[in-house]
Amino acid sequence: MTKTAHQGPQSSTEERKPKLSPAARRFANATSTSVGAMLAKIILVAIVDATAIFAVFTALGREAWVIASAIAVITVLINVIYFKRGWLPAKYLLPGTIFLLIFQVFVIGYTGYIAFTNYGSGHNSDKDDAITALLQSNQNRVEGSAGYPVSILDGQDGLAMLIERDGQQMLGDADKPFAPVDPAALGDYSELAFGDLLGRQQEVTSLTVPVSENPADGTLRTSDGRTAYQYTSSLKYDEAADTMTDQKTGVVYQDTGVGAYTAEDGTQLMPGWSINVGFDNFTRAVTDSSIRNALFSVTVWTFAFAFLSVATTFFLGLFLAIVFNDMRMKGRKIYRVISILPYAFPAFLGGLVWAGMLNRDFGFINQVLLGGAQIPWLTDPWLAKFSVLWVNLWLGFPYMFLVCTGALQSIPDELSEAATLDGAKPFQIFRLIKLPLLLVSVAPLLISSFAFNFNNFNVIYMLTEGGPRLQDAGLNVGSTDILISMVYKVAFVGSQRDYGLASAFSIIIFVIVAIISIISFKQTKALEELN
Amino acid sequence: MSTQITGRPAARASRERAPRRGFGKWFATTGWRHLIGVALCIYAAFPLLYVLSASLNPNGTLLSSNGFFTTVGFNSYVELFQNEQRPFGAWFVNTLFIGLTTAAASVFLGALAAYSFSRMRFTGRRVGLVSLLIVQIFPQLLAVVAIFILLTSLGDVFPVLGIDSQIALIMVYLGGALGVNTYLMYGFFNTVPVEIDEAAKIDGAGHARIFFTMILRLVAPILAVVGLLSFISSTSDFVIASVILVSPENQTLAVGLYSYVSEEFTSNWSVFAAGAVLAAIPVMALFLFLQKYIVGGLTAGAGK
Repeated sequence: MTKTAHQGPQSSTEERKPKLSPAARRFANATSTSVGAMLAKIILVAIVDATAIFAVFTALGREAWVIASAIAVITVLINVIYFKRGWLPAKYLLPGTIFLLIFQVFVIGYTGYIAFTNYGSGHNSDKDDAITALLQSNQNRVEGSAGYPVSILDGQDGLAMLIERDGQQMLGDADKPFAPVDPAALGDYSELAFGDLLGRQQEVTSLTVPVSENPADGTLRTSDGRTAYQYTSSLKYDEAADTMTDQKTGVVYQDTGVGAYTAEDGTQLMPGWSINVGFDNFTRAVTDSSIRNALFSVTVWTFAFAFLSVATTFFLGLFLAIVFNDMRMKGRKIYRVISILPYAFPAFLGGLVWAGMLNRDFGFINQVLLGGAQIPWLTDPWLAKFSVLWVNLWLGFPYMFLVCTGALQSIPDELSEAATLDGAKPFQIFRLIKLPLLLVSVAPLLISSFAFNFNNFNVIYMLTEGGPRLQDAGLNVGSTDILISMVYKVAFVGSQRDYGLASAFSIIIFVIVAIISIISFKQTKALEELN
Repeated sequence: MSTQITGRPAARASRERAPRRGFGKWFATTGWRHLIGVALCIYAAFPLLYVLSASLNPNGTLLSSNGFFTTVGFNSYVELFQNEQRPFGAWFVNTLFIGLTTAAASVFLGALAAYSFSRMRFTGRRVGLVSLLIVQIFPQLLAVVAIFILLTSLGDVFPVLGIDSQIALIMVYLGGALGVNTYLMYGFFNTVPVEIDEAAKIDGAGHARIFFTMILRLVAPILAVVGLLSFISSTSDFVIASVILVSPENQTLAVGLYSYVSEEFTSNWSVFAAGAVLAAIPVMALFLFLQKYIVGGLTAGAGK
């Protein structure tokens, strides 16, 4: 960065090269008039364009139309903005805006969309994928079919199967159906010898290779690595009627609009596919009593947790600030450094360490401090709530201590001196003069601390994982779960993952957060200070 | 400023206090404060000493870790790096890589945006500022399901940007932090006098030169603060990282150490403790080193 002013822009960017990203160089060059800078800009945008064109064609090849057009639009935008004269603010805003729009604005909107679907375990993809998956599962050996002599090959993508059909060698693996193969290409593979077959028996027997692109043709499987048999699904798909028929039992499954093939008696074939379910998730959250009660108790606890966390940390911090704000006291610095250690300790580790210390059977608190007591700190609903607050107090009080110390020290001494002259007692001075002034300066921090604790996932999840589980809840939700950890658990923990319901919860939280924010904005009038 | 404030009560104190007044008087004025101070230190430091002692307890279980510094050995640290299912070294490197890249890139993107908001006047500027403010109300954390599904479908086309990709995770962090960062920086940029820009403009400097060679240096403190904040928030994030990073060798410390505890809680406690100590030391060292600045900057709005 120590360049002299008369150097050309291009040489200066060369110097800074290791420090700045391509975007930085592009910006540095963006509006300089020299030929070199222009050239550099053209080269950089060309690199972006080349990558983008490659990406668009890849996306088109995989029939991902939305992704392809999104990339195309962004690329055109980049080209227009950086090659057009003027539009200077846009040149500076574009890089950040792209990330912000995709990973903040779009995903919030997308959450809204998912909330209206049944996306989740068993409803993960579209209908075509579900049909293919159904036909590939439930497979039985075709009765009386002849065995194919096979050899098992080991390649880069895992095991592959080689057969001979109509005098031609055909190769296929778990992902690719059998296709004619050029003998020369077989050099990339090595055939498994008998010993290898035994060693990798499980891999070999679980290898299923589709016979053709059509899933109804079934697959080839081998149990010994020498002979393979054709397996077909017991389900038969009727494309015209859009039904699945179980050929063994004769039951007909129909697409009844619930995102899975359903028989008349209500049994469903899984996997299904994701469909739009309208307000179903929201209705369930409000009317299904097992979900509604869980949602209600979690919401109440979220507010209680956030409020009590702020209150406990603030009062302990304030108390300590007052105690250590006496200039006659020696060693205050040491106390202060030691007491901010928990603040410096990563919060997620704090939760995990305390989870060990509070363990009922082996933890330090029960075993050593309480002499072998069996107090269920983390498994009793109320004690767990207490423990969560206790650990959050440990993590959070140093912050309030520092903040309150700063605020107390910035209150002019003249005020308390004047009050003393007027005959006020120390406690009166504190309550009537110092505390109100202190609250004015820390109030915004208390609000932001509340907002932070409202979504303080780490301390809850690391300490109790939200548990102990609520008995009457229809969801995997516990009594220390807050809203964000409930969303996480509904969507990602356990075997039943319900993305749709989790997103509906997210939307509900968004609404709550928005209401709180509107109220607090009105209070602080932050919007009016913008200029 | 602070010497002014501290000077006066000290003077008053010496006025009030006669040379030596015995233990009773001492206790009434400052002694009880030391009592509270000692209690405070035990509360604050004990869990940290506990985890240190547990980490030095060779092959310790949760139960045997209760003996406080009774046995000392470094077996757990050795074991920590030898476990192939839980590659601690890789987690450490991943965390540093993700944290540093996120910090550097979000400082840069935020500075670009803050510069244009602070120094340029254009249509839609106010709308832009207000929408930044509104967007940052909604925590990205809540959209984790949508992020997961978006990256799953993106990964079907470009595996580099899909689930289990650290680059994808960094991109997600960049999007989520931009609103807050731009806002913090915008405020600081406004405190740099515009006259400096104008003088440079008259001397013939272009906007890019003004930005890179002058403004960025003048706002260095806020760059450091934003960099530190985004480093800390990205290294301590669990929700998004645990959803995106699936395979152990790609995970971060937060995700990895959690899996250590959640899967074999009591038996491997000392190894986990060793990992916790190593993971915490850099952050705590940085923190104590920057203590002065952090304490000063806290009132400017950083939260924990």
